[in-house]
Formats: sequence, C-alpha cells, structure tokens
Amino acid sequence: MSLTALALGKKIKAKEVSVKEAVTEALEAIEKKEERVHSFITVDREGALRRAEEVQKQIDDKTLTGPLAGVPAAVKDNLCTKGLLTTCASDILCNFVPNYSAQAVLNLERAGAVVIGKTNMDEFAMGSTTETSAFGPTKNPWNLSHVPGGSSGGSCAAVAAEECSFALGSDTGGSIRQPSAFCGVVGIKPTYGTVSRYGLIAYGSSLDQIGPIAKDVADCAAVLEIISSHDEKDSTSLARKDLDFTEALKEDVKGLKIGIPRDYFGEGLDPFVREAVLQAAEVLKEKGAVVEEFDLSLVEYAIPAYYVIACAEASSNLARFDGVKYGYRAKDYEGLHQMYKKSRSEGFGPEVKRRIMLGSFVLSSGYYDAYYLKALKTKALIKKAFDAAFAKYDVILGPAAPTTAPLLGESLSDPLKMYLGDIYTVSANLAGLPGISIPCGSDEKGLPIGLQLTGDCFKEKNIIRAAYAFEQTGNYARSPLGRE
Amino acid sequence: MSKRYETVIGLEVHVELATKTKIFCSCSTAFGGAPNAHTCPVCTGMPGALPVLNRQVVEYAVAVGLATNCTITKYCRFDRKNYFYPDNPQNYQISQLYLPICRDGSLEIETTLGKKKIGIHEIHMEEDAGKLVHDEWEDCSIVDYNRSGVPLIEIVSKPDMRSAEEVIACLEKLRLMIQYLGASDCKLNEGSMRADVNLSVREFGAAEFGTRTEMKNLNSFKAIARAIENERTRQIELIEAGKEVVQETRRWDDNKELSYAMRSKEDAKDYRYFPEPDLLPIVISDEWIAEIKRRQPELRTEKMARYIREFGLPEYDADILTGHKKFADIFEAAVAVCKKPKKVSNWIMVETIRLLKENEMDPEELSFSPENLAKLIELADSGAINSTIAKEVFEEIFKNDIDPEAYVKEKGLNTVNDEEELRAAVSRVIEENPQSVTDYRNGKEKAIGFLVGQTMKAMKGKANPEIVNRMLKELL
Amino acid sequence: MMHIISDETIDYVGILAKLELSKEEKARAKKDMGEMLDYIDRLNELDTTNIEPMTHIFPVENVFREDISSEKDGSRETLANAPESKDGGFLVPKTIV
Repeated sequence: MSLTALALGKKIKAKEVSVKEAVTEALEAIEKKEERVHSFITVDREGALRRAEEVQKQIDDKTLTGPLAGVPAAVKDNLCTKGLLTTCASDILCNFVPNYSAQAVLNLERAGAVVIGKTNMDEFAMGSTTETSAFGPTKNPWNLSHVPGGSSGGSCAAVAAEECSFALGSDTGGSIRQPSAFCGVVGIKPTYGTVSRYGLIAYGSSLDQIGPIAKDVADCAAVLEIISSHDEKDSTSLARKDLDFTEALKEDVKGLKIGIPRDYFGEGLDPFVREAVLQAAEVLKEKGAVVEEFDLSLVEYAIPAYYVIACAEASSNLARFDGVKYGYRAKDYEGLHQMYKKSRSEGFGPEVKRRIMLGSFVLSSGYYDAYYLKALKTKALIKKAFDAAFAKYDVILGPAAPTTAPLLGESLSDPLKMYLGDIYTVSANLAGLPGISIPCGSDEKGLPIGLQLTGDCFKEKNIIRAAYAFEQTGNYARSPLGRE
Repeated sequence: MSKRYETVIGLEVHVELATKTKIFCSCSTAFGGAPNAHTCPVCTGMPGALPVLNRQVVEYAVAVGLATNCTITKYCRFDRKNYFYPDNPQNYQISQLYLPICRDGSLEIETTLGKKKIGIHEIHMEEDAGKLVHDEWEDCSIVDYNRSGVPLIEIVSKPDMRSAEEVIACLEKLRLMIQYLGASDCKLNEGSMRADVNLSVREFGAAEFGTRTEMKNLNSFKAIARAIENERTRQIELIEAGKEVVQETRRWDDNKELSYAMRSKEDAKDYRYFPEPDLLPIVISDEWIAEIKRRQPELRTEKMARYIREFGLPEYDADILTGHKKFADIFEAAVAVCKKPKKVSNWIMVETIRLLKENEMDPEELSFSPENLAKLIELADSGAINSTIAKEVFEEIFKNDIDPEAYVKEKGLNTVNDEEELRAAVSRVIEENPQSVTDYRNGKEKAIGFLVGQTMKAMKGKANPEIVNRMLKELL
Repeated sequence: MMHIISDETIDYVGILAKLELSKEEKARAKKDMGEMLDYIDRLNELDTTNIEPMTHIFPVENVFREDISSEKDGSRETLANAPESKDGGFLVPKTIV
C-alpha cells in the first residue's frame, strides 16, 4: 500500500498486480495495524474480495478502463453503503444497514474502486478529533498518542497508515482538511454542490460536502473527478461542465495570484505551523506565483455563524433518529414520548446532544431572528468578503489548523476551545468554496502540518494546480505506521 | 343567555393534490394499497435521503391560487416545521411559512343571505403525513407511510365566516373549483379534502376577536355543521360562566357529538421553522403563470356555455349539471356513448338527484358507470323496455352499477308487444273490473287509467302501454 | 452579556429536542450552552442592516422532478431496519389514549 492510488491503478491495468492482490494487501495491512490505529468501524473482507473478482473480470474484458479500477478504497461511515453497516459512529445507528448507496459511493464503484470498509469518525461528524465516536477513538498514524483530527479522522488515518489507497470523507466545517493536515495526507473539500449529497447522512445540509483523501494531489484530483456528478436525487447538486480536475495537474504557477490573509496569523497560531505555512508561500513565490498579504476581515465571526447554522440544521436533521424506523430503540419505556427521549438520550453521545440542544435553542420561539437569521446574514457578509478577495486573488493560502494534532483526551473537556480550532476551515463551508489541505512540514514532535489553499467557487483547478506545483518540491512523507 | 353572540370562523383546508407521484419522490400517491407499499427512502425519512420537488405540485398550487384571485409569490421556498410524531418520518414536515406560494385572495360564496366575499389569507404547499392505525387489542399503534409525502396545499381563509352555512358554502365553492381545475378529487370521506375550523365567539358589535380554538377531524359537511354549533355553544357557555376560552386544538368526535382538547405537556407547539436547506427556491415567472393558465381545463362557466351551445341544453339543465363536477363528468361520458344529451340530462336531473336525496348521498359518492346509463337510454328509446321498467333498471344501475342489457335479459323485462298475449290480459282486466268499465262507459275518461294500470300490473310492468291503451279503447 | 441558562430553559429545549438529561448532564449543558451563546453574541458586533439572510450559496432555482411514478413496492426495504414491526407497518407505543 505504499503506492499512490494512480500508480497502483496503472499496475493493475498492466496486469503487474491483480485486483485480488491489491485488496488482500490492504486487508492484511488492516489486520496488522488496526488494533493500534483503529481507522475502521467495519471492514468488509468478504464483500471486498468478492468485488475484487468482479472488477478483475471487468478489467480483463476491458469494460472497466478507468485509472482507479481495482484500487482499494475506504469510505467514511456517514456515507450509506447498500448492504453494509452504516453507523455514523453512533450507538443510535449501531445496527443500520441501508438498502441504498450514496451517489458518491456508486460513482466510485462504477469506476471500479473496491470499497474495503467504513471508517471511523466523530459521531455524526460532530467533532475535530474522532474521539466522539461511539466506537472509540482513532489514533494518529504519526504518533499513536495523538488524535488524527476529525471528523474524517478514520479516513485520513487509514490513508496515512496505508490501510487503503484512498478514502472518502465529508467536510462540514473542515472535517476533511483538518484531519488531512493532522495525518499528513491530502484532502479536498470541493465547491458545495459538486459531489451529490444523496446518501450522505446529513449533519449541516447547507455546509456538507463529500471529498477525497489520498496520498497526493494527483490521486485526490482523480478521485474527485470520479465522485463528482450532477445528481437528480440531490436538488442542491450542480450541473458542472468543468469536472476534469486532473487537467489542472500542471507544475505551473506562473502569474497565479496568491493572497495570504493577515488575519490568519494572529493569536493562537502555533509557531511551527506559522513557519511552515509561510515557507510554503515562499516556495510558491519562487516558482513564479504572485504572493501578497491582505486583510480578509470577518474571520472571527465565521465560527459563531458556523456553529449556529450547523447546529440548527443538525437539530432538525437528527430528529429522524427516534427509534421508530431504524436504529436503536430503548428497551424500557412508557408511552411514545418516553420512547423517543430514552432512545435518543441513550443513543446519542454528549457532543451530539450538546449540538442538538444548541441548535434547538437557536431556532426556538423568540430566538430565531437573534441567532439563526443573524448567522445567515453573517454568512452573506463572509461570502461578500471572499468575493472581494477572489476579485484580486486566485488562491487564498493559510494554515489548515492553528496547531498540529493534539494529544488524545485533551480536547473534549472544553468544547468551545475545540470549536476555535476550526477557525481556518469553517468559512470555506459557509461560502461554499473549495479547499485543499496538503502536507507542508512537521512540528518539533514530528507531527505533520497542513497547508490550506482555498479557491473561489468552481475554481478547484486553481488550488489543485498550486497544490500540485508545491507538492513537486518535496517528497510525500510516509507515517511511521504507514511504513511498517 | 343574556347577550347576543356572533360566531367568527376561519378555515384551514388541506387538499391532497391529484399528482401521480408524491411531492418529493416518485412513489405513487394511489389511495390504499398494502401498508408501506408506496414508500422509498425519501418518504420514510431514511438517513441520507433527499427531497426533489414535483413540478406538477407547483402548477396545481398556482392554478388554485389564480382561481381564488391570489397574488402568486414570484420567489417562494420551503421551510421545515419541526415536531416529533410517528406519522412524520423525518420528525419535520416540509412546508411553507415565510414565503407561501399564494397570498391575499378571495372567494365569493352565496347563501340564503345573499352573496359574500371570503378572504383567502394564503395557500401553501406541504407534504402529507403517514397514517397511524391503532391496534384494538394491544397497547400499540402501527405506522403506514403510504400517505407520507403525498402533496397537499393548505388554503388558509381569513376569519370572514359567521355561520356553518357560510362555511359549507365556502367549502363547496372551493371543492367545485378545485375539482374543475383537476387539482384534486376533494373527497372528504377519503381525506383528500380536510377542513380544520378556527372558531371564536364575541358579542355583536365587539371590535376585538375572542380567543379561538382549532377543531380537527371533521370528515363530512354534516360533521362540520355539528362541530360548529357545538363549539359555539361550548364557548358561549364558558364565557357566560365567567370562564375563559383556552386557545387550543380540539378533536371532534362525530359519534359522540363532542370535542376534546388535544393537549400534552410534551407538545411545546414551538415548530422551529427554518428555510429547508435541501430544496432550492422556486421562481414563478409571468410566462410560467401564463402557461399554467393556458393549460387550464374547462372551468364551470365555460362548460355551462358549451352545454347550451353544443348540446342545445336549457340553461337550467346546464346549471345543474355543472354544479357538481361528478354530474358533468357522468353527463359527458354518457353523451359520448349514446349521443342523446337531453335524455342524459333528464336522467341525471330527475332520477339521479331523487335517488341521491332518498339515500342521503353526496354526488361525489356516485359510482355507476356512465356507459350503463347510456345503454339504458338506448334500451328505453328502442322500445325494448318501457319507462317504468327503465326507472327500475336505473335504480339497479345507481345501486350496483349493473349492465342494463344483461339485467333486462336475465330478468325478462323486455316490453311485451305480442297482441295475443296483451289482448288476453286486457280482456281479463275488463272482466274483473266491471265498476271501472261502467264508469268509463258513463263518460269517466279517467277510469281507463285505472284499467291500464291493472293491465300493467298483471303483465308485471312489461306491457307496451300504447298497445294496452289502444286495445282497451277498442274493447270498451 | 452573560447568558445564564435556567433549568426551565434546559427542560424546554429537552422537550423540543426529545432528549432527557441526567442531573449532571443538565448542569453541564447549562454551562456549555451559556458559554456558546456568550461566544455567539459577538455576531452582534456586526452591522447586518439591509443584509439579506443567505440560505443558499448559489442563485440556483427551480429544480424539479417530473410527475412520473416509479411503480415499485417498497414495503420490504422500508421495514428492513425497523426495531419493531407488525402487519407491514412500524410498531410504536399507542399514540392515542
């Protein structure tokens, strides 16, 4: 599993490696490392091997010719997979087996990728450490006493630990980009509406996007190309004609205008992170990009606006988990309302309850205008600030997170402090913008640092181009667990 | 009762639209079916499922809005109404609060007091809930989501009605209009039209409205009338006793003829509406509205004019036939078969209406096929059956939708024209009724009627009355 | 402004959200919600007069499906994950008394 997804795909196509061999290698890596890293909630050994045979046949008779045919992939456990347990890392869905697959998963399967399992995550994608999972935390493959970040921590750790070739994650407030930074892998959150949300168990519907996590930029671009589609089952899915993201894999940033928001480099930013990110900017400058600092403004309002909107939507999206139609139902109850309350109180973890409570409160009678509407207006202002910035710049450059991965057990005691860690990522979700996180160095403990590049809506190619060019200047660093 | 009270009534009318599929998924809207047969991940609130709006729902809602003189909201959208109940699979209902599709309309009704305008506050689109079946023996209910996601429009009137008569006139007007638009079949008994009544009372002349209650579960016009009278009395009694009317939702029990409050400390009535993020706004252009108007089916006044022009019907007939969509539908279908408009019209206006009254039925409940009526007219016209028999056969059509040709054959009801057989019968009648014979001969013309009747009776109604008449005159 | 969340508020939100919190959870929830609201209050520093609330990012509208039925029986799949079912429906505690 040391190869990139595209390199492995090439070998499979050239018959140097069979699909079964590739899948077996991934399954063996999982067997060997899973006890320590715990990236997965469900590993579908039999399904993957069965699928490997089918895919091999299709490759052999040339009905499958794509670059990722036969490549083993992992899918975050908030994406529905037909016939395969889908839990959202929650007790309330501990036994839920959907009879439909998310459109993004269908697109992956159509391209011949082999889904080997479902990755761990923060419960319902609520969290930044993967510690809120009902199935226990995932560890960081770089240092097992640290968190992998979240909420797509399982997907990022699985890629970094080389348990799969690539993975899918979801990003509501940074849930792909931040764990990618913490695990030293590449992750993209595309423009809102680029990947269908059908079958993605919603957290904040207006913010959620599915995206790829892989070892390098080229893999990410290739996966994004495959999972993106205009889906008639998702009204917010866009009909885009520029989904050929791999076209942007060119080592050429001459004249590319890069803006660095001064507001991103204030208080709370780890000096190692600051240094690595500014160094990355220098590298891009040397390669011909025009780099300058500017004031983005409104940065400090993104987190409060984000939490109001995300929690409000979540309080409604998660109402359906009530013990009636699927999932967990409490054992002893008297009457309907107690069944609801007990099932939900026993089924949801503390962070999910906290956000449902906050979301219910901000929508409740008398508070809607003060909180929810105010947050939507702030969102409009933030979008405007980005519009102004993108009138001047092609790419906005900054850190993906203010620190490197914290120690396990350090974050959950102070939720507000944990939320503040999302400062660089949430605004892209509020404004629907595409963002990529790529490794750009490490701190004094050897923990990876992520560089975040944000583009204007529909301009994934700008950030892919810049990330690809930057990536050419260094070698992909393999995590200790990955190297094993 | 020392004071005089005025009843103030507003309506919230839910109408299930006649689309083939649900509002947000392509499941069928057919009534009935095995439990949960017409369901999918979307209408059962499965995790990750997303709604996509049925275009036809918007078009029907606009059509009803135009017919009720509403202003169409050019930019409208959906909101989520959040509340927990098992018939609501997502535990939120997709509805419209902030920008409903139609606003500020009106409807003209006619009652014994004359014409009156009833204001329409708004019309909004929303999804219907599933059905709960309560187990009689065990302490449980069973949820069937077949109805979940069936498109509804909710028509909210202004509190402009003052009596049950006005309420029913308003509902009848709405129903007829919506049926003509083809937007719904509006069957109260099947729940495709449901009216909630908001009612308050105040002293005549008072400027302020009293506290209102909302009455639900009204399944017929009669139930509505009873519930209004009952609730008016209940509120007046409360006020007279110095008590206060509580603003609440009440459920009408038509068997017991009383209502009770639907109250629970677990229901906070705080719906936390917010814009539905999974659905995009709807922009309704003037061109689209024009297109909807152009595609509108023939409405009542147009139909009336056509009946007079095309079928040569008297205005009186055309008015009655178009007064119920069901009458018009039967009329047109029967005329298409037998090409005898005036005869079809007569059967509907006389026999059908008589039988409806006799059976205390609503025209909506008519279930016979127009083809059978057309066949009956052909049978009668050809002389194969006489008019008395025809009425008898029609009753069978009305009740059991029988095929008149087969029925007449089976029961041997064909008119007897055989002169020998008839002469024998007539002779017998003359012999047995000497008094009438004498009366006739003494100039009592009417006596012959009795003798004809006796002959018909003897022939079990099947005799050709013209021949019987002629023969009697000859023999006497 | 410091937000002090009362027991009544927490109980009320619990009714809305259908969550039953233990005594300790309630105490924690009061503190957390208060702190979050204090933090969220900084949005009030922003002048949002005449700003339209932004519900959707892109000005896309009129996304419809045509009224064509899929005509398949979904009952088996619909009930496949039901915690309790009876007679082809989902079983719940009696909803009327």
